[in-house]
Amino acid sequence: MKIMRMFKALPMIWAVFAVMLAAPLPAMAKVDGDTIIFGAAVSFTGKYSTNGKHTKNGYDLAVERINANGGVTVDGKSYQIAIQYYDDESTPARAAQLAEKLIQQDGIQFVLGPYGSGLTKAIAPVTEKYKIPMVEGNGASRSLFNKGYKYLFAVLSTSEQYLAEAINLAAEQAKKDGRDPSSVTVAIAVENDPFSQDIRAGVVDDANKWGMKIVIDDKLPKELNDMTATLTKVKALKPDVLVVSGHSKGAVLVVRQINEMRVNVPMLAITHCEAADVIGKFAEGAEHTLCATQWTETMSYQDDDFGTAMDYYNDFNSIYGYYPPYQAAESTASVQVFVDAIERAGSFDTEAIRSALAATDLMTFYGPVKFTEAGNNMAKPMVLRQIRDGKYVAVAPSRFASEPVVYPRPDL
Amino acid sequence: MIHRYIKWGVLIVLALGAPVLMPAIKTQLAMLMLMITFALTWDIMGGQMGYNSFGNIVFFGVGMYVTAVIQRDMFFTAEEYETMAGALGAIDGTDYLTGLVIGLAASIVVCVVLAAILGAGILKLRGHYFAICTLGLGIAAAEIAGGIDYIGAGSGLVTPTFPNEYLGDRGYFFYYYFLVLAVVAFLVLSWLYRGQFGLAINAIRDDEDKAEAMGIHTTRYKTMAWCISAFFLALAGGAMGNLVGFIDPSEVAFAGATYGVWMVLMAILGGKGTIWGPVIGAAVFHIMQELFWTYLFGWQRVALGALIIAIVVFFPEGIMGFVRARWPELLGHKVDHQTPESRIVP
Amino acid sequence: MDNLELLIVAPVFSMQLLIDGLLVGSIFALAAYGMALVWGVMNIINIAQGEFVILGGYVTFVLAQYGMHPVLAIPFSALTLYVLGLLVYRIVIVRIVDRDLFISILATFGISILLQQVMNQIFTADVQTVESGLGTWFLFDDMVTVNQVKVLACLIALVVGAVLMVFLKTSRTGQAIRATAQNARAARILGIDTDKVYATTYALNAAICGAAGSLVVMTWVIQPFIGLAYTVRSFMIVIIAGLGNVFGVVASGMMLGVTENFAGFLLGAEFQTAFIFSLLVVILVWRSWRLRRKRQVLR
Repeated sequence: MKIMRMFKALPMIWAVFAVMLAAPLPAMAKVDGDTIIFGAAVSFTGKYSTNGKHTKNGYDLAVERINANGGVTVDGKSYQIAIQYYDDESTPARAAQLAEKLIQQDGIQFVLGPYGSGLTKAIAPVTEKYKIPMVEGNGASRSLFNKGYKYLFAVLSTSEQYLAEAINLAAEQAKKDGRDPSSVTVAIAVENDPFSQDIRAGVVDDANKWGMKIVIDDKLPKELNDMTATLTKVKALKPDVLVVSGHSKGAVLVVRQINEMRVNVPMLAITHCEAADVIGKFAEGAEHTLCATQWTETMSYQDDDFGTAMDYYNDFNSIYGYYPPYQAAESTASVQVFVDAIERAGSFDTEAIRSALAATDLMTFYGPVKFTEAGNNMAKPMVLRQIRDGKYVAVAPSRFASEPVVYPRPDL
Repeated sequence: MIHRYIKWGVLIVLALGAPVLMPAIKTQLAMLMLMITFALTWDIMGGQMGYNSFGNIVFFGVGMYVTAVIQRDMFFTAEEYETMAGALGAIDGTDYLTGLVIGLAASIVVCVVLAAILGAGILKLRGHYFAICTLGLGIAAAEIAGGIDYIGAGSGLVTPTFPNEYLGDRGYFFYYYFLVLAVVAFLVLSWLYRGQFGLAINAIRDDEDKAEAMGIHTTRYKTMAWCISAFFLALAGGAMGNLVGFIDPSEVAFAGATYGVWMVLMAILGGKGTIWGPVIGAAVFHIMQELFWTYLFGWQRVALGALIIAIVVFFPEGIMGFVRARWPELLGHKVDHQTPESRIVP
Repeated sequence: MDNLELLIVAPVFSMQLLIDGLLVGSIFALAAYGMALVWGVMNIINIAQGEFVILGGYVTFVLAQYGMHPVLAIPFSALTLYVLGLLVYRIVIVRIVDRDLFISILATFGISILLQQVMNQIFTADVQTVESGLGTWFLFDDMVTVNQVKVLACLIALVVGAVLMVFLKTSRTGQAIRATAQNARAARILGIDTDKVYATTYALNAAICGAAGSLVVMTWVIQPFIGLAYTVRSFMIVIIAGLGNVFGVVASGMMLGVTENFAGFLLGAEFQTAFIFSLLVVILVWRSWRLRRKRQVLR
């Protein structure tokens, strides 16, 4: 009972809470003077912070270039653009709160996506609830696009397409060798997160289509540091195709341990080669690995803001000091798409902009962007590249292939 | 007396009016109420009973999953849910509320039973073995949830979209939900602490063997304490899943490294073993965190680590303990000013 | 259970899992020595253990970037971490060393978050690895592979264990450490500078972790946020082995490595971590059950 008297301090705490939280808020709105403000919660800390940096640099480069090229013209008036960032710490719970904060507190009406499917999954229900359009370039999970979200638009190919091409490639090779594609065996080892699990779903679908047998189906834990157990199984069962996806960590681990354990598998297809820099880390050891990529600098796309894909590649490097992985390119493209839609809508009305986004038909350095009903971009394909002599060589799909694939991988 | 009623009145008006006064941060306010519930429920075991648990987050996560699964399975088939759960208006207000209420009820049952079962084994451990065992329990739960396809495995589970059209703003709904939860937890716990239950668990904290020798059924009280924590955490978790909208096994549901540890820190910061301590600790901690996020962009976690160290090194007795030592009169302790060295007996 | 059949049909793979598990386990054991030491002497459970390991890895990584052979970088990692350990002791640990054990868990948890985030700021969250330049032995027609770094790790673990044992038994400092572990107050009365003993113990722990981290970066990969796995493994090893039992630490470390490999193989990788943590819970409950039975006999 005596302690009850303590609560005389409580109203004070409330007051401090209110003042300090309300104080730092600038009077932000969707449009501040002649600046259009976008909002984004990106991972600056936590396990996705490296990829978050690529995303942010991609956004920033787009902002800089679009502003330098005269900004955005809406209804005859020219506007500059800017982005309000928050740090989601790579956790979905925080990302959802921040999306709420951006919209409710800062009055943001245009949201750019975070890095990663899990975080996008956390933000999408919030933007949907407030009917705020979000354009994102880093949430590839298929499950984002079958929920009936109306305000979510993604410029990238969805994740089930990442490595499905590898399965088709294996089937073609089997036919070439006079084997029935259904005799091909597949081993899958993907990380236990939304993105990688969708990659698995895509691979499983295509494998089933060909009647292939999946002999290993492991989910790698997030704290993974050793793949010995899984690779021993691969050695025992000798599958024709090994599919691995686990962000950068999975890529580094599998390439390293496959060499150390001398696991001979005719086809090794993985993701995140570029982000993990497997060539730089392992040189010889990474040879003949197949890597899925959303975008490569050698593609023949171009636009007015950045010129060709190669121009973007070089410009990015001269500003940020490293060559852009596709994560940066898709982020840049997201801003371009958003800006294009705002210009076509001719107003800042979110409904008008949503309709304009849905009608997008834009060519960028990153590739063509045209959204389906669900909001994903089906116009741009995934590319599969093989590492040869320390370089990435496009091998599939056939219209992008510069050379045929080397199959099977030479024994280690 | 009247003075006191005014104070209560101010407090109640503030609590009820806060989201209306500050609509922009109502989600953060809802989180504050959740944090208070966290700290209060942790303190049942950690503060009052002397069993420092890192594993209470298990009940939070289980409650979240049970509620979400029931909401999903009651009104949708699996394929239907895959394709339309996110669409606005896919579910109307009555269905949503029915699902939520039944889900919460089920999660209470599951969590309390789980607490009783786990408690039978784990509550026999003492001291740091108990602490680490519960830490392992929390991580194991996250990993196991990540391996079960029925609940989405590592891909997570999306909860039904809140039907704004029928139930008004989601932020208000959950703020008042968590406010009621925190207040009820506070009242129930202060009532329990005043009675036999409070005496028994305090006796266990002070000396378990002697308590047992005195004829207190220690195992029964320990299990009961854990079940009460589980009860409130199930309610908190079930609603939190709906507030966040997306359940990730290790980052949202069984978030041992964040919520799991924060609940301990908040109780310690405020002063464990007191009823107001966890409330004050949670408020201060939550504010500090929001401020770090706002002012120390990118370095907020470094500041958090430093804050944790500072709390445990300099304020192991918490704010309440500090106040008690410094201004005992404020808490109603009688101080004999004639002999200032005399010990203060609470 | 297909996986089990596989092992029965082709036992050579169990050989692979067994050998690899033993070697890997010795790395875990290396990280666990220090925890046993700090726990036994100072009554502190050091949650920042894993971060020391990762930091040791980063030291080796940086030195390797400057062209040093990573194997030669091991002592430098240990040395750097020794200094860091002293620093952490002077700033934080000295203030909590006589306090409740739970306070030490929380304080070192704070240190662990702090180190993680500082590492993230300095080295980014990129996954890093270092090529040891050592090769691999291929046995049984390539069916069993033995990575030489892991063998080196095993040797280092054994040597460090032996040195530690001799050091604690014979040297003056070692005797002081043991005296403090037995009864800090009595040691102080007899003129032992317990503060210095604590500082040395904690720094020594950090140094051993640093060496372990050096081996981790050559064997697998490091990233600022994966330290906790090593902390928890160390803890499990110490629980099974008991305090002040260097041989037991090696044995239970190896046991853990083997168990983990077989669990991953038989249950699938998704339950590998879950299995380990469930095992922790089971071991603790089993331990308390056994103690309880002993108590009943006393009655």
